[in-house]
Amino acid sequence: MFGWLHLTIPPAPALFAQLLVGLINGAFYAMLSLGLAVIFGLLNIINFAHGAQYMLGAFCSWFLLNALGIGYWPALILAPLIVGVVGVVIERLFLRHIYRLDPLYGLLLTFGLALIIEGVFRQEYGSSGQPYQIPPELLGGRNLGFMFLPNYRAWVILASLAVCLATWFTIERTRLGAYLRAATENPALVQAFGINVPRMVTLTYGVGVALAALAGVMAAPIYQVSPLMGTNIIIVVFAVVVIGGMGSISGAIVSGFALGLIEGMTKVVYPEASNTVIFVIMALVLLVKPAGIFGQVR
Amino acid sequence: MAQRGSSAWFLTAVLLALALVAPFVLYPVFLMEALAFALFACAFNLLIGYVGLLSFGHAAFFGSASYITAHTVKVWGLPPELGILAGVAAAALLGTVFGWLAIRRQGIYFAMITLALAQMVYFVALQAPFTGGEDGIQAVPRGRLFGVIDLNDTLTMYYFVLSVFLLGFAVIVRTINSPFGQVIKAIRENEPRAVSLGYHADHYKLLVFILSASLSGLAGSLKSLVFQLASLTDVEWTMSGWVVLMTLVGGLGTMLGPVVGAFFLVAMQHYLAQLGSWVTVVQGIIFVVCVLVFRRGIVGTIAFYAAPPRDVPIGEKPTKVGSAAARGTP
Repeated sequence: MFGWLHLTIPPAPALFAQLLVGLINGAFYAMLSLGLAVIFGLLNIINFAHGAQYMLGAFCSWFLLNALGIGYWPALILAPLIVGVVGVVIERLFLRHIYRLDPLYGLLLTFGLALIIEGVFRQEYGSSGQPYQIPPELLGGRNLGFMFLPNYRAWVILASLAVCLATWFTIERTRLGAYLRAATENPALVQAFGINVPRMVTLTYGVGVALAALAGVMAAPIYQVSPLMGTNIIIVVFAVVVIGGMGSISGAIVSGFALGLIEGMTKVVYPEASNTVIFVIMALVLLVKPAGIFGQVR
Repeated sequence: MAQRGSSAWFLTAVLLALALVAPFVLYPVFLMEALAFALFACAFNLLIGYVGLLSFGHAAFFGSASYITAHTVKVWGLPPELGILAGVAAAALLGTVFGWLAIRRQGIYFAMITLALAQMVYFVALQAPFTGGEDGIQAVPRGRLFGVIDLNDTLTMYYFVLSVFLLGFAVIVRTINSPFGQVIKAIRENEPRAVSLGYHADHYKLLVFILSASLSGLAGSLKSLVFQLASLTDVEWTMSGWVVLMTLVGGLGTMLGPVVGAFFLVAMQHYLAQLGSWVTVVQGIIFVVCVLVFRRGIVGTIAFYAAPPRDVPIGEKPTKVGSAAARGTP
């Protein structure tokens, strides 16, 4: 009866290879849901354009390389800066007009922005992807005995972990983070203490967008740089956010990595379900704990 | 009130007369497409406009009904009326499950959950054998309605589509103007208060969700018969965004707004079809403009200036999606 469920245990190298792919995907889920959570915390807006901004980051590094000859390592700093500035402009031009409204309007507005950004890139580059070379320093890999680990992938996992931990540290353990958390609770009171809350909001959006762009740069050599790369991932990240709950920064990181791993496992056990497993988990979590695993009821 | 009532009847009569002569003036396939999407948008509006729940996954119901109708009519050889019923039943079933899951959360979470669930349906449609993958189900026969009326004739098909649209629209009007409709509006305006009055808010929300999903399915079934095609476009997230945009342009929470929005955007798409991906850009711009400066939509704006609501000071910005202030009329 379950003949279609080929549950045979695959050879260890294949298993570890898929787990590695899962871990890589999880790294991107974690970085993107982290950015979403940071933006949502202060702006009360679900940034639908997050996927488009991730795509912008990848394209930005591609431009820097092909038009200006600027390689991967400078792009790792430059692309998030450039896209972050774009984010600041978006916040000043559009988002600040809708803070008093129902958060749903924020979702609709950023959805519109995502359509604009992706439409322009699709018109220019079609739906096909542009290749981006792995930087020469990270070519090759090492044999760990039980599997082959490409250097670039190891770098992505370590770098994204570092970025996630740095963001967590900034928000939970520094004075700036304390201001941020206070402004999330009560912006009027924080403003009364002499802190420029509107500027903090703008910069927070810029940093959240820059995080998405950084993920985009890191993703460029792994996936192809394509106009559609953003929407494909953002819907999964929304599911990750629903599962983890938007309440905590650490929750976003943990659930991002964990769900990436689960997705990788599914690819080994039952590949047909690998696209949908995260959505199924979301449905199950909603049944058992509607607020999300790390969330509080809002 | 008597005056408002008579002017409403007058408007209804004029619109009906226009709908009856329209296929002799305008391209009938355009009209049928617009009517199918108008029904879809009205069904969607039932949820956002009257319960305040923004679904970003209505393509799941539209698309699955479209696939089921196309499959049952083409492969099983069912007559069109049974094919449509099968499509609506599938959408209702899906709506029951999704609604049951999604109403556990509110606001933006609700939007994200519906989007994610709909994406799951998209992947199923992409991989399931009967949907034909990228090609979709093509050359769907329109067949004979009740075994008698030949729907291959364009004009006959138009009047059939018009009848189904009017039926769906009547169901929506009747629902909103019933005691049930009053309760769902009460839940939208102040849920804790409605609960304290003894209404099971979740129960009501789920029922509206299922109704909205079923009518979206009806629209999807119609669409697959009109174009004789069910494809991945019908279940993609872009379709969910498309119906949100139609409702937003026409006016969230207004009775005629979704219809006006659907006609406006379907017409726009026909004129801009040769522009390729720029259509997406134009859609995005309309979204941004609507949210920033045109939150009442076309019909909402007309209603606002024709009869300014007394309970909301003139000039006050609508803040809550689908609320009385956003709608313009009390």
